[in-house]
Amino acid sequence: MARRSGVRLRPALGVLPFGVYLLIFLIVPTVTVLIGAFAENGRPSAANLAALADGSVATALLNSVAVSAVTALIGGVVGALAAYAVVTGRPDGVLRRLVTSVCGVLAQFGGVTLAFAFIATLGISGVVSTWLDAHLGTSLTSSVWLFGLKGLVLVYSYFQIPLMVIVFLPALDGIRPQWREAAANLGATGWQYWRYVGLPLLAPAFLGALLLLFANAFAAYATAAALVSQGSPIIPLWIRTALTSEVVLGRQNFAYALALEMIVVVAAVMIGYTLLVRRTARWIR
Amino acid sequence: MKPERGTGVEVRLEELHRHYGSTRALDGLDLTLRPGELVALLGPSGCGKTTALRILAGLDEPTSGRVLVDGRDVTTVPANKRDMGMVFQAYSLFPHLTAQANVEFGLKLRKVDRARRAARAREMLDLVGLADQASRYATELSGGQQQRVALARALAIEPSVLLLDEPLSALDAKVRTQLRDEIRRVQLEVGTTTLFVTHDQEEALAMADRVGVMSKGVLQQLDTPQELYAHPVNAFVADFVGLMNRVPAEVADGRVRLLGTEVATLDGSVTDGAGVALLRPEQLTVRPDPDGTAEVVDVMFSGAVSRLRLRAGEQELVSQLSGSALSGLSAGTRVRLGVDAERLLVTAP
Repeated sequence: MARRSGVRLRPALGVLPFGVYLLIFLIVPTVTVLIGAFAENGRPSAANLAALADGSVATALLNSVAVSAVTALIGGVVGALAAYAVVTGRPDGVLRRLVTSVCGVLAQFGGVTLAFAFIATLGISGVVSTWLDAHLGTSLTSSVWLFGLKGLVLVYSYFQIPLMVIVFLPALDGIRPQWREAAANLGATGWQYWRYVGLPLLAPAFLGALLLLFANAFAAYATAAALVSQGSPIIPLWIRTALTSEVVLGRQNFAYALALEMIVVVAAVMIGYTLLVRRTARWIR
Repeated sequence: MKPERGTGVEVRLEELHRHYGSTRALDGLDLTLRPGELVALLGPSGCGKTTALRILAGLDEPTSGRVLVDGRDVTTVPANKRDMGMVFQAYSLFPHLTAQANVEFGLKLRKVDRARRAARAREMLDLVGLADQASRYATELSGGQQQRVALARALAIEPSVLLLDEPLSALDAKVRTQLRDEIRRVQLEVGTTTLFVTHDQEEALAMADRVGVMSKGVLQQLDTPQELYAHPVNAFVADFVGLMNRVPAEVADGRVRLLGTEVATLDGSVTDGAGVALLRPEQLTVRPDPDGTAEVVDVMFSGAVSRLRLRAGEQELVSQLSGSALSGLSAGTRVRLGVDAERLLVTAP
């Protein structure tokens, strides 16, 4: 009996390192955040959570959700269309190799470098801003739009779109040409094929990709930190403030509460996604 | 006895060409399907049979030539307006729809009301023996069941023509035989003119009213299975339809001499001099004889009939014998070979 269970456990040994990794870098931090959010000076407290309702913090949460949702949608739609353009070409063609390589790099291109690239082109003294002001009469050099939420949406889209291309390509590759031909054969026009077959088949993958893009933008910190120097319009920047500020006396654990808030939002989005695609579980194998 | 046929339509492919650069997938194909009949297009990979079917379906365009259905030229009509049902090789069911919804798909596009299309789908699923699997998705069905649903889906729209693109090739042998018989039963029942593409000669001969053998984009012979087997018009057809032995022979005055005997030649044979006679395994007789010129290599026993592999000099031959004719024959037995045929095709050596 003991031997048999030993044999059964053997495959599990292979994933043990991953389990340890998850424990140290996901579960322990989550539990720490959870406990920390409900404590202050070693005693149970709801003060940090209550502080989440403060005007500027609540606004930051709304901003974070809005920026993440908008950039996920922009990235999702534009990236999906770009990915579709790629799959309609030859599978081993130059276009596909070029686009996937470029997207692989751009999707990881964030932080200070990306922020600087945009400041240097569209900032107050940016090359493009200056040129546009001089030639088209715009007033970009006197505007600080790049350093606010609009700027974040633009800069985040820069890595969201290529990320969508990368994660959505396999889903498009999974659409079999026979389905299109079978639909045509049964009388479907191109539009009817997409309406009744193509889009329903791609919906779970599309929603899953949107969720990934949302979480990607929601957790992005370095790009925003490099771009935004005034105030903390989004939650990750608020966490920075809470961790480094010396003026939030009595709320040392406020950063934990903010982190918990982020965990709850991502969890809510994930639950929403799961509910949405639950009925597809039978046909996605 | 075959059930009475429904009202199928005539299908004509006239002088069809399909060229891809310098490759001629179809090189002047002429083919007529009579109303209600099942014609199998048989040939090796790349012979053009699938191209012909896809052109008939409207999924590919001919370089030149015409497609006529019931006398109407449909060459330029798009696939979704051709009113043809097609069963693909595999994986063509829409995975996000149940078997029932798959079968209803074409009816939904035709704006048939919900109750009528549900009833029709049930009827079709019943026809292919899957009424109890209506609520299952493709991933929950076996390969054979998926192909039955695909057949039901193709038939639900009451197509003028049914197209079968190697629908059995992805299935295992046992299911293949079952489904083959079932497709034929259903086709006879609904009476739809059917074009069936396959590379499996056994399938083609078992199912079709007539079989067209294709090679290099050209139809080599279109005939009933019996005629095709007994009287192939050339070496390619003879070779492709059934296993053939090639025996050196001499031809003179319309008769061929081989293995110590003489029989008449088939049309298309060489007319004079040395040639190679094509014999089916069952046309090659074997008799134990210590002075015989051939030797049994091995015996493959398979029930009612068995196959013998023989060696005559440098040449390997195959004979097919009934169980009782096997007595006294085993590996190493010396044998005398003979011919049991009235006419043979003789090709150039």
